[in-house]
Amino acid sequence: MARTLLDKVWEAHTVRTLPSGQTQLLIGLHLIHEVTTPQAFQMLKDSKLKVRMPERTFGTLDHIIPTTDQTRPYADPLAEDMAEHMIRNMKEFGLPLFDMASGRQGIVHVIGPELGLSQPGMTIACGDSHTSTHGAVGAIAFGIGTTQVRDVLATQCLAMAKPKLRQVRVDGALAKGVYAKDVILAIIGVLGVKGGVGYAYEYAGPVIERMTMEERLTVCNMSIEGGARFGYVNPDATTIEYLRGRPYAPAGAAFDRAAAWWKTMATEPGAAFDDVRHLDGAAIEPVVTWGINPGMSVGVSQSLPTPESAPEPERPTFREALAHMGFAAGQPIKGAKIDVAFVGSCTNGRLSDLRAAAEVAKKGKVAKGVRALIVPGSQQVAQDAEAEGLHEIFQAAGFQWRKAGCSMCLGMNDDKLQGREMSASSSNRNFIGRQGSPTGRTLLMSPAMVAAAAITGAVADVREILK
Amino acid sequence: MSTTDFKRRQVSGRGISLPGNDIDTDRIIPARFLKEVTFESMGEHVFEDAKTQNPEHPFNQSVSQGASVLVVGQNFGCGSSREHAPQALMRWGIRAIVGGSFGEIFFGNCVMLGMPCLVATQADLEWLQKAIGREPQTSVTVDVEQQEVRFGDRIIKATMPDGPRHQLVGGTWDSTAVLLEAGAAIETTARKLPYVAGF
Repeated sequence: MARTLLDKVWEAHTVRTLPSGQTQLLIGLHLIHEVTTPQAFQMLKDSKLKVRMPERTFGTLDHIIPTTDQTRPYADPLAEDMAEHMIRNMKEFGLPLFDMASGRQGIVHVIGPELGLSQPGMTIACGDSHTSTHGAVGAIAFGIGTTQVRDVLATQCLAMAKPKLRQVRVDGALAKGVYAKDVILAIIGVLGVKGGVGYAYEYAGPVIERMTMEERLTVCNMSIEGGARFGYVNPDATTIEYLRGRPYAPAGAAFDRAAAWWKTMATEPGAAFDDVRHLDGAAIEPVVTWGINPGMSVGVSQSLPTPESAPEPERPTFREALAHMGFAAGQPIKGAKIDVAFVGSCTNGRLSDLRAAAEVAKKGKVAKGVRALIVPGSQQVAQDAEAEGLHEIFQAAGFQWRKAGCSMCLGMNDDKLQGREMSASSSNRNFIGRQGSPTGRTLLMSPAMVAAAAITGAVADVREILK
Repeated sequence: MSTTDFKRRQVSGRGISLPGNDIDTDRIIPARFLKEVTFESMGEHVFEDAKTQNPEHPFNQSVSQGASVLVVGQNFGCGSSREHAPQALMRWGIRAIVGGSFGEIFFGNCVMLGMPCLVATQADLEWLQKAIGREPQTSVTVDVEQQEVRFGDRIIKATMPDGPRHQLVGGTWDSTAVLLEAGAAIETTARKLPYVAGF
């Protein structure tokens, strides 16, 4: 019987079936950061346990670090304390840390693929919900909590139930000005924020197959926003060429053997899925969220829906969203004024994202009264962008060019919204309070759309600017 | 501690209703309170911003103080994987949650803390939330083993998938010890993987 990538990866990593009926699943790559791990290390110390396979865990600093002055000690004593704990724990347990001096620091979901750590056929876990990002290389990659981080450190395993599998096919071709971010927002718009609960998503179809690796990373990143704990794209020639020559990818003859194995892990023709859904890529236009979860979105040319258009149980949340955002049902999204523009995050903080934003930034200047931040996803992304002169394009247009980190995606450093500020953001969550202000407001969109909003001062259609 | 102490066959206590769908973990505990190297203070900040903005928030009500069974809507705990969210709820006093559906990472985190999350129908949830509103002093019993919730003389069906249910009922949810029992099979499985073996 034809098998899926999920079947094959799951089977290869099954240690045993637990008495509870769950699978004891081996974790091939464990990535950690400073926010969700100190308690796990403490639990390990309390139980006098060692790290089972120290060569399979890698760490970085991303969530709390400032993106302006990164000299230690950090100005924020709480951030300094977290960084200090991370550095000390990694040293004590003999684990590699990509710190500032390494030149490899960055958002954990940017550096994993960038360094070639994340590879097809692996199981990957990290104490962060956006671990689903790494599924883009053909891995089974998912977020876990801190107590599970302890389990991975102590046993290199997790107790897991295999999810159902839904294939999400995007047919046709995308129009100019429509990006991977629009594709995943459109998918979540159709399937809903809880549509993926109990499922893993296999993204497929011509639009996905034609995507670059960075675009696939954007799509898989937001699987969790659709309720799916993980999503993946089958490894193909794009995957193999992306990984060739990366620092932690196999080299020489081993690379060819690896590539051959990676290809065997892809879903076989004729494999059965628990569900298959189709989207027409040509029908997708630039998408903007208008509400308080990533499923509340419209095409940029459209108007906000009315609460009455939603099923009865959804209406209270719908009304709460309109009230929080200060929007009226039926109003157009285009023209909604913004105060802040943010390009960055594990969703859209890669080189191609910065290039797309820079192409738009060239067409104007940041509008008066708008604060615009460009935050590269990693030190490598920053270096590559600077080599191309992207930072100069941004600075000339009035954008701030920052250092790598999670930044305003979740506002754990100084990069926060103030009061009710409205943000055009390339990040992944528009939850109430997400960008650091309890009353702050977030409009999710592609990096090019964020740049378009920055130079016009309001939600704009990037297709008109790129004409 | 013996396995008996870990068994979560049923949880009883006063109820607290939190209506609404898609309540994410940022809402349960905003990110700025995550800058701590322990979970100790999390209970103080549960729903901090929601409580400040809404004096009527259920977690502000004096009648809700001391409640331990939380009744929620659909997709509760979606979003961030932060275990700080269930930690905050648990440290506030919550011992079991009944809802329409749960964010999967949140659900898994709750199991790791020995906190059952059971799924009931929309109609039953609405009934239960209203009943708790009417009689906040009445005890709600979440029976994990029987997969039902009892309130007064009414019983509603509330389910949990077999795997985590067995973990909770059997007292094996604190999984490190269980996973370590696999012994050398862990290394054997690893060695068979081409990427571990170095291709």
